[in-house]
Amino acid sequence: MQEMLINLAYIVASILFIFGIKMLGSADTARKGNLVSAIGMLIAVVVTLFEKGLSYEWIVAGLIVGTAIGAIAAKRVQMTGMPELVALFNGFGGLASLLVGWAEYTKDEGHLTPFTATVVVLAILIGGITFTGSMIAYLKLSGKMGGTPTLFPGQKVFNALVVLAMLGLGGYFIATGTEWALYAVIGLSLALGILGVIPIGGGDMPVVISLLNSFSGLAASAAGFVIFNTVLVVAGCLVGASGLILTVIMCKAMNRTLANVLFGGFGAASGKGGAEVEGEMKAMSVTDAYYVLEAANRVIFVPGYGMAVAQAQHAVKELGEVLEKNGAEVSYAIHPVAGRMPGHMNVLLAEADVPYEQLTEMDDANAIMPAVDVAIVIGANDVVNPAAAEDPSSPIYGMPIINVHEARTVFALKRGQGAGFSGLVNTLFFRENTRMIYGDAKATVNALVGQFKD
Amino acid sequence: MELISLLFTFVLAAFLGFELIQKVPSQLHTPLMSGSNAISGITMVGAIIAAGVADGLFGSILGFLALVLATINVVGGYMVTDRMLGMFKKKGH
Repeated sequence: MQEMLINLAYIVASILFIFGIKMLGSADTARKGNLVSAIGMLIAVVVTLFEKGLSYEWIVAGLIVGTAIGAIAAKRVQMTGMPELVALFNGFGGLASLLVGWAEYTKDEGHLTPFTATVVVLAILIGGITFTGSMIAYLKLSGKMGGTPTLFPGQKVFNALVVLAMLGLGGYFIATGTEWALYAVIGLSLALGILGVIPIGGGDMPVVISLLNSFSGLAASAAGFVIFNTVLVVAGCLVGASGLILTVIMCKAMNRTLANVLFGGFGAASGKGGAEVEGEMKAMSVTDAYYVLEAANRVIFVPGYGMAVAQAQHAVKELGEVLEKNGAEVSYAIHPVAGRMPGHMNVLLAEADVPYEQLTEMDDANAIMPAVDVAIVIGANDVVNPAAAEDPSSPIYGMPIINVHEARTVFALKRGQGAGFSGLVNTLFFRENTRMIYGDAKATVNALVGQFKD
Repeated sequence: MELISLLFTFVLAAFLGFELIQKVPSQLHTPLMSGSNAISGITMVGAIIAAGVADGLFGSILGFLALVLATINVVGGYMVTDRMLGMFKKKGH
């Protein structure tokens, strides 16, 4: 009876997850959708506590510690640090699935059926890759580790051998139940997460997180098979499948395939690849920039990760307002993959209270670009690199970009002369109509606002 | 038999998941990822069972660690997604 009620509640929870994901996909319902899925989670967790034969000391302690850490982290994080926090959370979920699989093994040591042994191996393997992979993504996104891909000779062969060894040992464990084989699988899966993500450039981390999110769903699903729990299987599988679709959508926004993202070593080719750059970078002072802006009728901001780093979103909004007061038409062009995560810039500008109507998507922005007097590029790089459109030898050739080079004048706000996160030289900076304004983006923008106010 | 029905459920859920999201505006990619990441914390349910029924200290510790990590994933994931989406709502109206 009790078990039936629990399972009925699991069905309700699963329905709420389905509606939740569906609602998260459209702007009007997204926040409610998140709440709906949270209620589903609450139901699933609460009814599980009524499961027969549980002792509660460890459970209560775990719930308290986990809730405290999770809540504090979510409250404290800056909006700019959002991508790496999601990576961190995702890694924790993966490790949790690994541990659930392992704990089940210690329970009936050596007496697993071949099926249970198989799903234990799957939960451990996928969970382990998700954990270390997400940690590397976290390190790259937070700048604690360089964004350039780490490549070494024979890397693909080496990784393939690790995969084979892992699968072989997994099979050996399933067939014989040998303990050390399981530990070897744990170790190799953790190693594989690292090996798989280090050759991927920092600019591609959003796609990696999305894919690893899909993995963590599958790991949960595998853990569900281990303990024969329906809601784990359903919810995990939903995330696994929808996460994969989201990953593909993201790749399409960059006009690349998933395989190219994972195995392309994108961004390692700084220096080589891409035609010789002609012209030189021309710097401009804030005062001169002010005179140009003062006369401009149409200004478009193109933000990138640099704006997030400089925490310049509020200053940018203020400059936008001043320009409007001065009679200019102001809008913000947002590339689908600008920042470290898709929609990252939308979140930041929303935080700064930029009116929704002023945010334009790439295609709309490109349509009006030739009529724009000044395009202000703030810490964006690859997403405005004309080489993507013009230079077939460039590694990013074919990626859709915001065509700021078609505007009459381009201001590029940049900290220094170095290449972008992906390591590529941006030919935009060498164009006739581009002016570089060096320095901290926030300081520069504030200085421009000051000029208008004087 | 129970196993078959579980596999059956898995397959249906996979197809449903593939159909669930199709055209998502790019500004919602991050919240959607973060929100579904919170759902993948469902492994918390497995962790509760592992922490509660494990016999032997080692098994209990594994279960406890799993529960802490999964709870961080769930609580943090939902809260951070809500914060993000709250900012979207503010604008315009």
